[in-house]
Amino acid sequence: MTHPLDYNPEAIRAEHVSVRSRVEAYLKQIEQHKSLNAFIHVFAGSALKQADTLDDKIRQGTQTGKLAGMVIAVKDNIAVKDATLTCGSKMLENYISPYAATVIERLLAEDAIIIGKTNLDEFAMGSSNENSYFGAVKNPHDTGRVPGGSSGGSAVAVAAGMCDAALGSDTGGSIRQPASFTGTIGLKPGYGRVSRYGLVAFASSLDQIGVFSRTPSVAAQTLAVIAGADKRDSTCADEDVPDYHARLNPSMKDITLGIPEEYFQDGLDGDIRNGVRSLIDKMREAGARVREIALPMTEYAIAIYYIIATAEASSNLARFDGVRYGFRAEDPGDLNEMYAQTRAVGFGEEVRRRIMLGTYVLSAGYYDAYYRKALQVRRKLKEDFDNAFEHCDLIVSPTTPTPAFALGEKADDPLAMYLQDIYTVSANLAGIPAISVPAGTSNGLPYGMQLQAAPFNEQKLLNAAQFIHSLNLT
Amino acid sequence: MQYEAVIGLEIHAQLATQSKIFCSCSTAFGAAPNTQVCPVCLALPGALPVLNEQVVSFALKMGLATRSRINMTNQFARKNYFYADLPKGYQISQFELPICEHGHLNISVDGQYKQIGITRIHMEEDAGKSIHDESFVNRSESLVDLNRCGVPLIEIVSEPDMRSADEAAAYLTKIRQLVRYLGICDGNMEEGSLRCDANVSIRPVGQESLGVKTELKNMNSIKNVEKAIDYEIKRQIDVLEDGGEIVQETLLWDPAKNEARTMRGKEDAHDYRYFPDPDLVPVVIDDTWLAKVRADMPELPDERRERFEKEYGLPAYDAEVLTTSRETADYFEEAVIKTNTPKRTANWVMGEVMRLSNELNLGLSRLPVTAEKLADLIRAIEQGDISQSAAKMVFEALRTRKEPVAELIDQLGLRQVSDSGALEEMVSKVLADHPEEVASYKNGRKNVIGFFVGSVMRLSKGKADPKRVNEILTRKLAE
Repeated sequence: MTHPLDYNPEAIRAEHVSVRSRVEAYLKQIEQHKSLNAFIHVFAGSALKQADTLDDKIRQGTQTGKLAGMVIAVKDNIAVKDATLTCGSKMLENYISPYAATVIERLLAEDAIIIGKTNLDEFAMGSSNENSYFGAVKNPHDTGRVPGGSSGGSAVAVAAGMCDAALGSDTGGSIRQPASFTGTIGLKPGYGRVSRYGLVAFASSLDQIGVFSRTPSVAAQTLAVIAGADKRDSTCADEDVPDYHARLNPSMKDITLGIPEEYFQDGLDGDIRNGVRSLIDKMREAGARVREIALPMTEYAIAIYYIIATAEASSNLARFDGVRYGFRAEDPGDLNEMYAQTRAVGFGEEVRRRIMLGTYVLSAGYYDAYYRKALQVRRKLKEDFDNAFEHCDLIVSPTTPTPAFALGEKADDPLAMYLQDIYTVSANLAGIPAISVPAGTSNGLPYGMQLQAAPFNEQKLLNAAQFIHSLNLT
Repeated sequence: MQYEAVIGLEIHAQLATQSKIFCSCSTAFGAAPNTQVCPVCLALPGALPVLNEQVVSFALKMGLATRSRINMTNQFARKNYFYADLPKGYQISQFELPICEHGHLNISVDGQYKQIGITRIHMEEDAGKSIHDESFVNRSESLVDLNRCGVPLIEIVSEPDMRSADEAAAYLTKIRQLVRYLGICDGNMEEGSLRCDANVSIRPVGQESLGVKTELKNMNSIKNVEKAIDYEIKRQIDVLEDGGEIVQETLLWDPAKNEARTMRGKEDAHDYRYFPDPDLVPVVIDDTWLAKVRADMPELPDERRERFEKEYGLPAYDAEVLTTSRETADYFEEAVIKTNTPKRTANWVMGEVMRLSNELNLGLSRLPVTAEKLADLIRAIEQGDISQSAAKMVFEALRTRKEPVAELIDQLGLRQVSDSGALEEMVSKVLADHPEEVASYKNGRKNVIGFFVGSVMRLSKGKADPKRVNEILTRKLAE
């Protein structure tokens, strides 16, 4: 899929395309697609100003950054200095961040242009983007359907051509599932690949910032800039960052694909099953070896994910107490009332549900049965993947069991909603990188293939994505 | 019935690092409210903690000083509770895997040594300060100062090994002495850099099982810890004697009224929902790190006390007093190296020097009379340049005067006459003036010599060296 605005740094540097014209074109797209509700805030003024400064620099022959003129949208749970950081919540409706996330500093240092903050499920909790205080986001392929979540705004911003790339966050599939639903590439780096400093925490041991793009090339260029050690995040790995873009290699030769039968069970849409199978055949024809692998802990993944993620969330979201910033209930009687009312009104239903769940599993008398047990199973699940990657380079599966579902369809059924993450949560639990790449359509709706790799093997994911991208499947 | 008290202490020591435990904000005391804060210690959305490694080194020092087992891999955990001065809604502390466990130290009460077990030492962050009762605060409001938020602490938890308020005070004193020796905490209880909570229960003498305990808080001096424990032991005995039951509760000590009142009962106890903090990787201490900390350890008070007894031949009491603080011991050693007269030096330090230190309310290292000056003065006495009583006058003068000791002695006209010629003349004159006393000496009343010495001293206006005078007198009277 090519797009008239596809990022071409050479054309920008050679002054064939001005940065201002690109920003203007994207702003126009944003305006045209306003009803999709992808953005919470658009930085039209500052983006144009940034563009003009950059155009001047280019005209004067001044050295420009690696992402000069790339237009990027940012999920509104990642801090941009002096900009809103709503997290899709009433709690932070009017909150302005006084500092920038590490990833944002790195993007700006390489002359990327931040065009706005995108809509999301409140505090990144959801799989449909219906849990936003700022309203649901709509799928551009069918506006009666959800774009997926929680990074739905970022996915739609890329899918509907409102930017070159968008940052999202992925705790259990929040980048890959909306990428699958919107026909975009969604890369979740391995845990510790990208600094979390400035990402509003949902579940700290699972969260990872990643990239949406229309091409593997843009994802590779963006990842190379945002990845790498950060002394402000001690969970961020001190591991070299390769030049993912320069090394982009679509060859399938000597690549072994592992196919986990656990990911092709009942509940998987027939078109998706067939589409993914036939794409695996194409990869085999291009030189890949294919073998069956076993990931027996898969059946427990959703259960332990919703224990660990909610436990961490219950603690991470305690800071939203109405004391220092954000929403505060009016005229509370005393301190405890202030907490209770502030949090009852400031948080939406799903956030409250998860805080309650997480509080429960950490409570005295339940900790061992739930949280400690979940950590033990998590270690076993990670061993599954360690074993699997001794026999294959990439684990290949669908990203989601179904294509995008209708708005409102699962809104009242949290369990059905949680099952959306069935193929994606394991990568977060194991801390490994994973990508969703458009693999075809089912009744006109896009779906993705998910590829998972061993830690710090993002290059393998991008290479495979490049191969799939070259097949022009959608 | 005879009862026995069972006491355990939980001591929080604020560590004397330059910056906070999880961010680079200053820890300096006394800055304007909410000026030493950043996104991390304010718990702004998205901010993450990063461990200040000096905190680990300081905790290790305390672990080594208390002969604790060091957990080479240890972990931070979140202690979850809501309070206005706790921005994250949880305190980063340690729970299942603290940095040190199973230590002990020795206390001495009435000359009896006793070993007190230390259950654990763990690292954690301090909370901010809530201000409710000051005159500038509206009755319906509370103010919060977050400067203290994230200041590093270690919590030292003892075994319930103490049996009296005296023992508890001795243990607390020992902990304070250790943290000061180690230079990891200033030990100031009034300013709250050292805080102590006490768990107290009683049981009939001879009974193995423990009674129901209460927790005492808000005791801001060692004296108050003693008073509060005594109060609580007595209260518990009274309750039991009256046929009542002890209720598990937390009590707040009121130092003004000398009584404790209930702060919260058992039913209000928090469920802190501890779990490992996913924002911080486990703390891994390698042998190199530990060796570096070990190399950096000062000599500890017990070892130093023993060495003072052995190396300088000092009485146990002197060694104890001189090693009470590292500053005193350092002062003594700096002086004694130059004087080579340990006992006389010890007497001076324990006497004049400590008196001056108390009077000026200054530590020994900041006294106008430095250890070097004191050594010069003591050497002047040893060499017979000055008498003991004149030396005290010089010591007084050194409070304000900067001249070298020798110069000052001359300026004050206090140098002793030890020139033999002059002394011989004075002795001869005294003997010539008192023929009757000379006769009675020669008849066997040897103690008359004291009278002669006194007379010579008077004649010399106190400047004669009494030792030399004695020698000359003895010789002349034997002639």
